Amino acid sequence: MDLKEKLAALADKATQEIKSVSTLEELETLRVSYLGKKGELTQVLKGMKNLSADERPIIGQLANQVRDNLTNQMAVTRETIEKEALNKRLSEETLDVTLPGIRPRKGQSHVITQIIEEIEDLFLGMGYQIVEGNEVEEDYYNFERVNLPQNHPARDMQDTFYITSEILMRTHTSPLQARTLETHDFSKGPLKMISPGKVYRRDTDDATHSHQFHQIEGMVIDKHITMADLKGTLETLAKKMFGENREIRLRPSYFPFTEPSVEVDVSCFKCGGKGCNVCKHTGWIEILGAGMTHPEVLKMSGVDPEIYGGFAFGLGPDRIAMLKYGVDDIRNFYLNDQRFLKQFKVKG
Amino acid sequence: MKASYNWLKEYLNLENTTPEQLADQITLTGIEVDSLIVPGEGLKKLVVGEVRSVERMEGSDHLNITQVDVGEAELYQIVCGAPNVAKNQKVVVALPGARLPGNFKIKKSKLRGHVSNGMICSLDELGFSDSVIPKRTEDGIYTLPEEAIVGEEALSYLGLDDIIIDLDITPNRADAMSMRGVAYEVGTILSQKPDFKEMSLSENADESIENYVDVSVESKQDTPYYKLRIVKDVTVKESPLWLQRKLMNAGIRPIDSVVDVTNYIMLEYGQPLHAFDYDALDSKEIYVRRANQDEKIITLDGQERILNQENLVVTNGQQPVALAGVMGGQNSHVTQTTKTVAIESAVFASSLIRKTAQSLNLRSESSSRFERGLNLGTVEAALDHAAALIAEISEGQIVSGIAEIESTDPLEKRVSITLERINHVLGTRLSLEEVASVFARLQFEYTLTEDKFTVSVPLRRWDISIEADLLEEVARVYGYNNIPSTLPVMESTPGELDDKQRLTRFIHRFLEGSGLAQTISYALTTPEKAKRFSLKRSATTNLDWPMSEEHQTLRLSLISGLVDNAAYNAARQAKNIALYEVGHVFYDNQTGTLPLEEEHVAGLLSGDLAEKTWSDSAKPVDFYSLKGIVEELLETIGIKETIQYVATSSFDDLHPGRTAAIYLGEKKIGLIGQIHPQVTHLFDLEDTYVFELNIDALVKAEKNSVLYEAIPKYPGTSRDIALLVQESVSHKEVMNVIKSNGGKWLQQVRLFDLYQGEHIQPGKKSIAYSLAYLNPEATLKEEEVNKDFEKVKEALQKDLDAEIR
Repeated sequence: MDLKEKLAALADKATQEIKSVSTLEELETLRVSYLGKKGELTQVLKGMKNLSADERPIIGQLANQVRDNLTNQMAVTRETIEKEALNKRLSEETLDVTLPGIRPRKGQSHVITQIIEEIEDLFLGMGYQIVEGNEVEEDYYNFERVNLPQNHPARDMQDTFYITSEILMRTHTSPLQARTLETHDFSKGPLKMISPGKVYRRDTDDATHSHQFHQIEGMVIDKHITMADLKGTLETLAKKMFGENREIRLRPSYFPFTEPSVEVDVSCFKCGGKGCNVCKHTGWIEILGAGMTHPEVLKMSGVDPEIYGGFAFGLGPDRIAMLKYGVDDIRNFYLNDQRFLKQFKVKG
Repeated sequence: MKASYNWLKEYLNLENTTPEQLADQITLTGIEVDSLIVPGEGLKKLVVGEVRSVERMEGSDHLNITQVDVGEAELYQIVCGAPNVAKNQKVVVALPGARLPGNFKIKKSKLRGHVSNGMICSLDELGFSDSVIPKRTEDGIYTLPEEAIVGEEALSYLGLDDIIIDLDITPNRADAMSMRGVAYEVGTILSQKPDFKEMSLSENADESIENYVDVSVESKQDTPYYKLRIVKDVTVKESPLWLQRKLMNAGIRPIDSVVDVTNYIMLEYGQPLHAFDYDALDSKEIYVRRANQDEKIITLDGQERILNQENLVVTNGQQPVALAGVMGGQNSHVTQTTKTVAIESAVFASSLIRKTAQSLNLRSESSSRFERGLNLGTVEAALDHAAALIAEISEGQIVSGIAEIESTDPLEKRVSITLERINHVLGTRLSLEEVASVFARLQFEYTLTEDKFTVSVPLRRWDISIEADLLEEVARVYGYNNIPSTLPVMESTPGELDDKQRLTRFIHRFLEGSGLAQTISYALTTPEKAKRFSLKRSATTNLDWPMSEEHQTLRLSLISGLVDNAAYNAARQAKNIALYEVGHVFYDNQTGTLPLEEEHVAGLLSGDLAEKTWSDSAKPVDFYSLKGIVEELLETIGIKETIQYVATSSFDDLHPGRTAAIYLGEKKIGLIGQIHPQVTHLFDLEDTYVFELNIDALVKAEKNSVLYEAIPKYPGTSRDIALLVQESVSHKEVMNVIKSNGGKWLQQVRLFDLYQGEHIQPGKKSIAYSLAYLNPEATLKEEEVNKDFEKVKEALQKDLDAEIR
């Protein structure tokens, strides 16, 4: 058999064998046995040194063709085997995608903090500053400076935790009005503030009373601030807290530090004003107190009421949370049952 | 204030309104209507009957068989158990088919074999409150006057056809604590002037007050007005039905024909009166003065009151006969045998009355009016009206003249406001005519000069004294809901969080992201709990007069509250607890005034940090998982100065071997540790770890600013080292040795293994670190790193006696 025939026979045999290969290992063995340094093709080519100069290039070319051909065949087979192997692996690797994920643990802010921050953000956006103060106050700032002198009948309205005869747990956030007014530099612009915080009343805790709760006070003082501005501001607040379709109504009321004083009702967010048990069938829910800052309050802080004036308002985040989420017992806010806290996780 | 709709009808024309409509208007214009009370709600088939005969039922010790005329052809037989039922009484009969309060239906029935066609009613059965039912009728049926017409519906006789407007009176609107005041308010709403029918007074010219009594006061500050009239030859009896009805609907119990009139006048005018039995005064003198220390008086309710200098008493010149403005004395009150009454109409200093009522816990209809001030314009009118009414009802003679102290007539205040000011403050565009019409509706007289109104404020509106008060009147009568709605127009100012607010919000979000839920605890707690876990030694701040033992002392730490919260949750089957709180702690301030309030944050972990899942096992909380949260928090805040964790055993309620104080430089800013097992045992908690940080200190601390560094272009290399050291050698010590001997290319040292226990010598531990080297300028040469690494090894062996493994 001459070399040409040998090559042809080798090619046929190899092609047959490649076809019958089923694993990568077999393929590799095959490759080494034909194309490796000691492989059959190499052996065959060793006989080339005996060929004539004319024959050598022809046989050389033929040998290269056989090598390329076999290499290609092996590559195709490798790809096929690999693909099959991958398909096999993938078919074995399915998950139950309905099993629960492994979640990182996340906490959440207290619902009262959420409400306070929501209101803070609204007013920050309108250029207000947030002013925080001490929870223990002087009688002087808590009462006298908000126009509630000793023996004023309205002192009845707030039962107070006293520490000494001069020092007490603040009963409202209003002392911040006087404290901010006396330090504000009106030459640097108007005063626009809100002050959220804890307040305390001498109450027995039950479903609707808490000796500790929260308030947010707001105040704007400038040269020309009107009751209409107060109304517009509160409307903005009501819509933000209770929805775009809410309306407000003002009712006369009494606070010693504002005159005129009003109570503010928002149209019921549950029934839209038709009357339901949330609004006690009136269509309205009382949410805050407000008014035009009393000239005495300004005067006592060294601000001239002939030139400056403005409004103040106060609301209770606890009450708002109770209304908004239907929480029926104020004590829930301070017992911190994780099952309660967790309910306010959704931020929407 | 309970205002009767029927009573208002006497003063105003209410034909074009309804009680519901009016109540809404009152609320929107001035005074909040708490509720509309319909006393006759649900009552029907109640008629006037006359008892024709009463027969004791055989075999019963209390039941009677009565025959009652209810205006029909036949008498009704009704079984009645009331002890006071008697022949010829006019009574209220609930006919078969009648409905009583509580939806109680009356049916024709049989009692012990006797037919009963309905029921004779007591006031209680008709829904009257025990506190207003006249004593004489308390245990039995109510009898109507003889004039009552048999067969007529009975509701109107008892005022059960009335509607009561229950007003919630704010301190500034005490003028509405009278029917006249309410009538003015309603008149303003309806643009009507109330019509008060005046009662003429006829005095007995033969009798002069000088012969009866002389009046004086110790201080005109305490008693600016004091007036007394005498009505003699009275017959004290039951008041007429119209009077009883008005009192009961106003929530006042009818007593007798004298006291009832004083209460009635108080309701009409808002002027509290007091009636004395003149003979019981046993003196021709009335002297009002401060009580002596420990002076005693027995008040009408039979209680002995021990007085002091802050109480005002009315005396007969010797001893107290009344606690001025609060309650009469038992020694001088009107009885069935009283023949001559002295009626007092006075004004007492509101602060004294307030203090007295408060300190003796004796709030009355009278004291609550004195406390809030009175209409100085009707002190005498009320007295005259009362005298006239007592003379009429109790058939007495009015002694001529009034015994009184010298006093000047009160003057109406004048308050001015310009139209420009009104529109400037309200943001309205009212015209002169619109404002004028408001004052007219209020029945305020005014003069107008250019655009300035000068208003003469009637004495009945003593709450009005400054411009802002007039503004309020204009605003509320014009209608708050007619005021436009705008936003303030002014110089714009940036609205932004300050450093502390921003940092605090960041801390919230960080801890929530780390799995902790925010709590809000009570700042007031027990003295023991308040002191626990305090970062600083400090005395506590205590309430002077706490409401409960649970809430009397201000907390010195937030952890204490978190432990309470954790215990609360653990008691409700929660095993894994992760909580945090941000709030104030209250340190006693040595300088004496307000306590020092610091903003803190605290966190608590108990149970498992990660729960066991279907794929992973549980990871219980430990010191290091909580420390990791604190470390990451402080690193993210970017505190420049080094934070140090220094082991401490100085906290009584923390584990002495598992607690560290957290220092920022020299300053202690927090703590972290395990709750002492004794404490967790007490609270029924699993192992619990806590931290607390002083936010104020974090705000003040200097922060790193973010500086960009180029990402290294050259690869780094690392070397691992494992060593065996004495157990007592701390991680910090090893780190210090490595870092100070690491050479210039050492970038980072990371602890990656720690082992104590079997397989190694007792008293030793095995630790392993990975040291990362990098030259940002060039590729590091192996030899250089090897040389540096060798130095570290040597130092560890030499300095810490470490055995390199």
